[in-house]
Amino acid sequence: MTEDEIRKSYIEELIRVAPDLDAATISGGDHLQDDLELDSMDVLNLVIALSKRFGRDIPEADYPQIATADLAVAYLGNLPGESDRLI
Amino acid sequence: MTWEVIRKTAAERSSATLTEAVRAQFTWADAESMLDGLPGGGLNIAYEAIDRHVAAGHGAEEAICWFGKDGRTRRLSYADLASETARFANLMVANGLRPGDRLFAIAERVPDLYIAALGTLKAGMVFSPLFWAFGPDPIRMRIEIGEAKALVTTAAIYRRKIAAWREEFPSLKLVLIIGDEAPEGCVALGPAMAGVSDQFDIVQTRPEDPALIHFTSGTTGRPKGAVHVHKAVVMHAAAGRYALELVPGRRYWCTADPGWVTGTSFGIISPLVNRVCMIIDEADFDPERWYSILQDQKVEVWYTAPTAIRMMMRAGKDVAARYDFSALRFMASVGEPLNPEAVVWGNEVFGRPFHDNWWQTETGGIMIANTAAMDIHPGSMGKPLPGIEAGIVERDGDEVRECAPGEIGELALRQGWPSMMRAYLHEEARYKKCFASGWYLSGDLAVRDAEGYFWFVGRADDLIKSSGHLIGPFEVESALIEHPAVAEAAVIGLPDETAGEVVKAYVALNPGYEPSEELERDIRGLARKKLGPSVAPREVAFRKTLPKTRSGKIMRRLLKARELGLPEGDISTLESDET
Repeated sequence: MTEDEIRKSYIEELIRVAPDLDAATISGGDHLQDDLELDSMDVLNLVIALSKRFGRDIPEADYPQIATADLAVAYLGNLPGESDRLI
Repeated sequence: MTWEVIRKTAAERSSATLTEAVRAQFTWADAESMLDGLPGGGLNIAYEAIDRHVAAGHGAEEAICWFGKDGRTRRLSYADLASETARFANLMVANGLRPGDRLFAIAERVPDLYIAALGTLKAGMVFSPLFWAFGPDPIRMRIEIGEAKALVTTAAIYRRKIAAWREEFPSLKLVLIIGDEAPEGCVALGPAMAGVSDQFDIVQTRPEDPALIHFTSGTTGRPKGAVHVHKAVVMHAAAGRYALELVPGRRYWCTADPGWVTGTSFGIISPLVNRVCMIIDEADFDPERWYSILQDQKVEVWYTAPTAIRMMMRAGKDVAARYDFSALRFMASVGEPLNPEAVVWGNEVFGRPFHDNWWQTETGGIMIANTAAMDIHPGSMGKPLPGIEAGIVERDGDEVRECAPGEIGELALRQGWPSMMRAYLHEEARYKKCFASGWYLSGDLAVRDAEGYFWFVGRADDLIKSSGHLIGPFEVESALIEHPAVAEAAVIGLPDETAGEVVKAYVALNPGYEPSEELERDIRGLARKKLGPSVAPREVAFRKTLPKTRSGKIMRRLLKARELGLPEGDISTLESDET
């Protein structure tokens, strides 16, 4: 999975959780809570969605690593074995 | 399953502020003796919270220890807080505001918010906090009902949520923006504070003068503004002391936001009245950040909420195990019933249990609690605090019948405790409906066991409790039907293991619209923009029609029963069913 694909997946799941956001205006450094105004339940729902989509458990301690699109691309790109779990 | 009772040791019982002896002898005069009263007469919450401590020689003690999202810290002694709140009060007078005028505040947990709250009270004005994550619609509605004369907020919140409609409220004459710069038509708080004196003669408010307005949601109609008076400080003093073990010098962390009643009564007033050091964290919940604060700040008393506790449980015991919680001596929880698993988990992880307690916006302070000297029955809210008479009753018009132990009824309180709300703003009829035969009726269903412990059963109405926030379905439905595709909407709370309940909406569409994932998101997106994420539905389901009574009222109860696979109950009033 390329970085662009990961980014696209992340944004898709983010918009599903918070459809008040406009995908075109989200920049890579926007923080989920500080800039995009997600609440903690939103973050939890996003984590659940990303875990499902990438076929990997995202432990609570790693939440800060998906706090922006840029961080998430780096983090999700490094998950071992994710590629063979994606269809 | 039944849970093992968590027994307290003799040492725990005798070191508690509320021992059996204190409880047995309590009179309200004991609580009043915790206060000083204004020199020259009158009662003002801000004087009891700050200036009397300075007058008694405690000005150098730490009042606030604040941590910003960005790593900044700010510490304020009681003397600092006295000066800063005096400046704020002078600023009110300089802008022509008068005692009784209402100031609203909408800001994240920054020191200026706390200074504004107490400075407002010093000026004899009424303080009304709103949750910073509210969208523009809830903010506007509350400002309209509360006829705000002044507002304290941030530039970002003002631009996004207020600027568009501010002109419609000409009575809102002063908008203060936290920081050194302000948008057009607003005043920057920083320079304005620097330009006024730090000495102020506190307005000699009387015990029954209004001090606080906290908004709470109704099942139908507009949100209700519960009015509290300065005398509520008697309850704040006693409940903080007895239910939270707040004694002078202790390090205390209330994680609630001042936008909700807990964050004001027990996140500003009660701790300062009891002369503790308040820890304030601006950031949102994060388990490791929280554990670090508990450890590094040597927090001794911690007052938090079930949703946060359940999120810590999700994060796992091993995360908590890396931290040292040896300073903790008392932990309490409020906002919704704390499930027994969470009580037991707390006991395992922190070496002591969470003490659940119960109260409401309308009660102004903690009413029923598991106190330090009491054995804990996990899942129970505890017993009434001294001075509070609680009952389980069944209402029949203007009469009430008291229920026997073990019988489910409405949780009620004998009228007349100091922090009881004195009105719903402009809503005399709705206020009166809360009382019958000398009882305040809470709208919560509960049961009392043979030992006198109270247990929450459910709400008597359709109100939703999500992450500890009370949400009125009507307010959410009103926002949903503003979407052009939505003909009618019904909103219910569904059980959720983390948030307690989550908001789900059912909508019927106008002709010309078809259900689709895209439309679902569009409706949810609009609701989030108008209401904010904590109030908006997390899921929208489409129906051709919604179940209604003969009088046209949507039967939310039926939608919920069907969603959960529960018995449908009495459906004799059902006129048209959902399709």
